[in-house]
Amino acid sequence: MAVVEYKVPQSLEEAVAMLSSGDQATKVLAGGTDLIIQAKAQNTDPLVVVDIKKINTMMGASIDGSGLTLGPSMPCAEFTAREDIKAVFPGLVEAAYLIGSTQVQGRCSVGGNLCNASPAADTIPALICNGAQCVIVGPNGERTVAAEDFVTGVAQNCMQQGELLKSIQIPQPAAKTSDAYLRFIPRTEMDIAVAGAGVSITLDDAGVCTAARVCIGAVAVTALLVPAAADALIGSTIDDAALQAAAEAASAASKPITDRRGTAEFRRHVVGVLTKRAAKIAADRAKEK
Amino acid sequence: MAKIHVNTTINGEPTEFLCDPNDTLLNVLRYNLELTGTKEGCGSGDCGACSVTVNDRLVCACLVLGAEAEGAEVGTIEGVAEANQLSVIQTKFLEHAALQCGICTPGLIVSTQELLKENPKPTEEEARYFLAGNLCRCTGYDKVIKAVMDSAETLRGEA
Repeated sequence: MAVVEYKVPQSLEEAVAMLSSGDQATKVLAGGTDLIIQAKAQNTDPLVVVDIKKINTMMGASIDGSGLTLGPSMPCAEFTAREDIKAVFPGLVEAAYLIGSTQVQGRCSVGGNLCNASPAADTIPALICNGAQCVIVGPNGERTVAAEDFVTGVAQNCMQQGELLKSIQIPQPAAKTSDAYLRFIPRTEMDIAVAGAGVSITLDDAGVCTAARVCIGAVAVTALLVPAAADALIGSTIDDAALQAAAEAASAASKPITDRRGTAEFRRHVVGVLTKRAAKIAADRAKEK
Repeated sequence: MAKIHVNTTINGEPTEFLCDPNDTLLNVLRYNLELTGTKEGCGSGDCGACSVTVNDRLVCACLVLGAEAEGAEVGTIEGVAEANQLSVIQTKFLEHAALQCGICTPGLIVSTQELLKENPKPTEEEARYFLAGNLCRCTGYDKVIKAVMDSAETLRGEA
């Protein structure tokens, strides 16, 4: 394995200093379920790892009237056991639950899933549909980036060397708002999304959709926010015609590739079906609120 | 490469070791500490043969750095039996012949112990989902699941 130095900062300031210094490639180590595999790959350049798990704010989560503040490195096993978070963002918690096995859940994190920036990452569409904001700290201070702008390409994110994802913030949803995330995999467990869709829906007291966000995954280089699919839902009672229009908008917005996990044609179709079903689940949940 | 001095607890015993930054916890257990009960299958977190607990959380030891064990409580298959007495889960795996080659067995037993700690009365489906990260290429899982369900019943005092 290519790890040549292991560092353990006790504070964010120390972490930023460690990430900014040195000539060697330096990577943040959280759960390591992606990083350690990458470090084991052949021909990997020597790597300094900065284990940020001793920084308390990286590992905790709080939810109150203003929304969710999530430590990016909290293990998914802990995140998905949080009933207070599940009550507000059931779709996001479901997306986190879909990552890997029980063993992987013990280490993997929502922030790691985001930073690793796989096109098929499950939590990214769920974060984007909920309007998540990424708080990044670096040598020049803090900046906040919307989740849909955080990932810039396959395995690429907007952070510069020296920067660290400090927290993920999701504003408290409006009344009668809920979310859902669905993915297609050919197996029942332990697989990577062939296509995915995250949907957040806000209803008024009459059951009319007043706001929606639709984000599709694994059908382009990055997860895609699809305003046209949201527009198809807004103003409707999430009836079949609106759902069909949203599905068609999601399929039209997708730019899938053909690979061993699915053909482009199949993905384009399935992402529409998932959008429709996720929108229905999110709307049913919003009604219950 | 400077060695890292790690103080940890393994199966309740305070333990210290020296490792390189690129040593996995799996390699430290097997080669530095000669705790060879934990097996290496894939080395990439897919098969679960190296399942151990770190601070009461089930993980793959191949995806943990040895250095990360500093200050942690590590639990391995060697800590499952009490002295020379096999645990209920170990006994049930033998009774049901829930193993053939045995490479997956330590990981499956550690994982089953965690499953039953978390959920003493799992349905078969819940058990299968929880153990989906423990691959076995011999048994076809049928006998494994029988051993797991029987262990659960016995531990609940129902069998």
